[in-house]
Amino acid sequence: MEKLLHISPSPHIAGEYSVQKIMYGVLLALLPAFAASVYFFGIGAIVVTATAVVSCVAFEYLIQKYLIKGTPTILNGSAALTGVLLAFNVPSNLPILLIVIGSMVAIGIGKMSFGGLGQNPFNPALVGRVFLLISFPVQMTSWPLPMGFQTKYFDAITGATPLALVKEGIKNGQTLSSIENIPSHMNLFYGAMGGSIGEICALALILGFAFMLYRKIITWHIPVFLISTIFAFTGIMHLTNPEKYADPLFHILTGGVMLGAIFMATDMVTSPMTHKGMAIFAIGIGLITVIIRLFGAYPEGISFAILIMNAFVPLLNKWTKPTRFGEEVLNG
Amino acid sequence: MSITIIYTILALSLLGLLSAVILYFVAQQFKVIEDPRIDEVEGMLPGANCGGCGYAGCRQLAETMVKSDDMADLNCPVSESSAMVAIANYLGHEASTVEPKIAVVRCNGTFTHRAKTNTYDGASSCAIASALYSGDSGCSYGCLVHGDCVTVCKFGAMYMDPLTGLPVIIEKKCVACGACVKACPKKIIELRNKGKNSRRIYVSCINKDKGGVAKKACSAACIGCGKCVKACPFDAITLENNLAYIDFNKCKLCRKCVMECPTEAIVELNFPARKQVQSETIEPASNAAENSNTSND
Amino acid sequence: MLKTFKKGGVHPAENKLSAHAPIIKAEIPKTVTIPLGQHIGAPSSPIVTKGETVKVGQIIAKSNGFVSANIHSSVSGVVAKIEDTFDITGFSRPAISITVDGDDWLETIDRTETINSNLDYQPEHIIKRVQESGIVGLGGATFPTHIKLSVPTGKKAEFLIINGVECEPYLTADHRLMMEKGEQVLIGTKLLMAALGVNKAYICIENNKPDAIQHLMQLAKKYQPIQVVPLKVKYPQGGEKQLINAVLKREVPSGGLPIDLGVIVQNVGTAFAVYEAVQKNKPLFERIVTVTGKTVKKPSNFLVRIGTPAIQLVEAAGGIPDDTGKIVAGGPMMGKALNSLDVPITKGASGILLFDRKEGKRLPISPCIRCGKCVSVCPMGLEPYLLMTLSEKQIWDRSEKENTMDCMECGSCMYTCPANRPLLDYIRLSKSTVGQLIRTRKQ
Repeated sequence: MEKLLHISPSPHIAGEYSVQKIMYGVLLALLPAFAASVYFFGIGAIVVTATAVVSCVAFEYLIQKYLIKGTPTILNGSAALTGVLLAFNVPSNLPILLIVIGSMVAIGIGKMSFGGLGQNPFNPALVGRVFLLISFPVQMTSWPLPMGFQTKYFDAITGATPLALVKEGIKNGQTLSSIENIPSHMNLFYGAMGGSIGEICALALILGFAFMLYRKIITWHIPVFLISTIFAFTGIMHLTNPEKYADPLFHILTGGVMLGAIFMATDMVTSPMTHKGMAIFAIGIGLITVIIRLFGAYPEGISFAILIMNAFVPLLNKWTKPTRFGEEVLNG
Repeated sequence: MSITIIYTILALSLLGLLSAVILYFVAQQFKVIEDPRIDEVEGMLPGANCGGCGYAGCRQLAETMVKSDDMADLNCPVSESSAMVAIANYLGHEASTVEPKIAVVRCNGTFTHRAKTNTYDGASSCAIASALYSGDSGCSYGCLVHGDCVTVCKFGAMYMDPLTGLPVIIEKKCVACGACVKACPKKIIELRNKGKNSRRIYVSCINKDKGGVAKKACSAACIGCGKCVKACPFDAITLENNLAYIDFNKCKLCRKCVMECPTEAIVELNFPARKQVQSETIEPASNAAENSNTSND
Repeated sequence: MLKTFKKGGVHPAENKLSAHAPIIKAEIPKTVTIPLGQHIGAPSSPIVTKGETVKVGQIIAKSNGFVSANIHSSVSGVVAKIEDTFDITGFSRPAISITVDGDDWLETIDRTETINSNLDYQPEHIIKRVQESGIVGLGGATFPTHIKLSVPTGKKAEFLIINGVECEPYLTADHRLMMEKGEQVLIGTKLLMAALGVNKAYICIENNKPDAIQHLMQLAKKYQPIQVVPLKVKYPQGGEKQLINAVLKREVPSGGLPIDLGVIVQNVGTAFAVYEAVQKNKPLFERIVTVTGKTVKKPSNFLVRIGTPAIQLVEAAGGIPDDTGKIVAGGPMMGKALNSLDVPITKGASGILLFDRKEGKRLPISPCIRCGKCVSVCPMGLEPYLLMTLSEKQIWDRSEKENTMDCMECGSCMYTCPANRPLLDYIRLSKSTVGQLIRTRKQ
């Protein structure tokens, strides 16, 4: 095709964004959290994350090439991102076989069975994580204690997360101030606590949030509304009974709230298209999370909350259509 | 324990019986009295709901057939003619004989015949490309190659030939429903008589430019020279706007015009090879696959 | 705080490479081809025949119907042929070709450069002159101006907005016009105000043309009450609905026209053409065209006679660059890609843009990642991702309900889309199909 002119309908220039830039941008934003988790959990963090990324990319390649018989698109970074997010939601001593199974479910069922990129209604990493939680509850709830590089991958010393500590304590009839071993708020902020790989260091996650805002990958609406809702709801409950319900700062710094709000709920494919919709979506997640945390059986509920609200997204898109230009004039 | 089971069975059975009685009376109350023949006729139709008859679905056609006095304009192109005769007999009407038709792609602008003059980058849709400009070759009437016709065919009777870049009609599957004719923005596809023994002759070009311009754009174009018109012993060919057209009702398949055409724009399908040594009629590539389909039959 | 429109918008790189290139008179070509359909509405009917001699400014085609415009010869010479020729639209349309002989103007045209600021006319006279001179919207829409100026009964014009925004990247024709013919533009504005019977006029200029803003603000002191309004740089600020929203903070109702709010919008080029028509008795037969592009040797602004082949302008700007991949007539966001440069310049051609092979190619398509960016940039508040899907699946009744007819085809959605989806291609298809359905419904 030498020297022939190209013809297409307008527009003839394109902006800066591309799917690749967005995916790799999010991966960059996750780098501080990864660094923090290696600092706290040592080799386990690296093993789990690497396994998850490799498995997810491999499964996507195999499914696209041999099952669907199309062209593999692993280079656009979305499978790698699913792998990293799946890894960030599990303990750092999760056996390799379980990681591979989780990746298979995340990519195969959570993404490919719906038609690939852009077609899935549920967040694939969360689909994988929840599947693992329900199928392998023991391995998925034995959290290694953060001991820096001394933390082993095999036979790591495990302990309860702050949220689990509080839940158990309250269930046994203790008052909040009498429960031992709850880290201070500062420690919670910096990440010196048990938990999944990605959720512990709030500081690192906020750095990632700032980076994504700067690159215009996401807008502020979902994280801000989500965290504010949880803060407000738990704040009200804390005021009614400070010995039964932990303070709101504790709630937003523990568990998967920071990770969920900034990286999981903001996944473009599974979140609403308009800002109004995003606000309702985030408030819904916040409410459901707190209900599960305070009145439900699990100590942490944000994964379930996000998946539940994912199901409402098509409805939210329908209900929160943008105002058409000239509509306000017509309507009065 | 066992008495509970007996009570359960009794209770559920009574509930079921009660529901059945209620449903029966409600169904009788809201029953729509329809001519029972409509169901019969609908059963005799293929049930593809393709719209080829011009009605919204097989049921609508059945209703119209039952309600009208004769079957003159009511024809299902997808059914066998024997099925149409059966319906006509069932309803007590005259059976109208309709010539079976088939879709024909009237363009032979293959990659070898027609040179590209630009590269089209836009969305791969003939409707969009035809609204944008006159096409990616010098012929502004020719096939745009994006396959809107193939997409719309519900019977799987079309595919794009990657060697020629033109759509191909699979004879055995085409039911002449007319969807591709409507879908083509250039109006290249036409429904023509299938012909005796599936043989047909047509001008595979709709270019209305002057001869020189047309030939420069595509080597298989109709240049409007008129030799075919003179050659036809049955007056089946007309020349208008630099383009020849063969009336399929008048054509007797004598093939005289095919031999006269200097650019090989006239195509003959499903004929045996000629016995005389003449300038070889090169079959247009877009129909070669079709011929091999029927010859393997 | 600069004013701007509220909803959507994008910020493409401005690339105003020719902003400081003064207007050069393009050489008169050897033949001109003047298409008969250079405006919205019915193509004009030719009133000259093959072999007839014509002078510059002589009328050669008459308005054909209510929405149509006169066409005048831009050269003096002999009519060579009247037949279908390929033009900027990409199709072969009727056009008059004239072989040029000298540069003989009609005696009635005032060719002097002195500025005529006499404003003592009746509105009817101004509108009549506009109509006789074949003036159409020179911003690119080419709507016959005399129809816009004849306000229908029941509506009243209160404001005149002169569009000097030029929001498309690369184009600088309006910028140079305001710099070099600023006073004429203001007089043209006053004439338009008189024709409409309004006493409030705004000239809107985007803030990336500070010299033009300064220059016109200075001149406007003599021509009260015209107000020069600088606007924030955002595409598509130049769309008339967005312009009205920015200046008057009101929204033209869906399916309505600016006159419903009492506003008339005209391009600066049109205002200048009105000046020349009324004050100098000169019909519309030449316009300013920007020839530009990153690979063009001398990005320039030319004063071109209508019908000049585009290739001549590109040669004058330094020749066709070697690895040209795409040529666009107009701006890069809404312009039309050309098959060849052998097409004539028409009344609506504001620029010729040359892209190299890399920039001229569309990027490969990915599936929609539902990021919502297209929704957030749409200035008309539509949902492009949805309209494209409905168009692909040919669900026309829902397309109509989702206001596909409101789309102004600005291209912001496609510009922003990270997956490079052909949103606007399919939305245009749905607009034409739904438009057709609406027309058949009304019959």
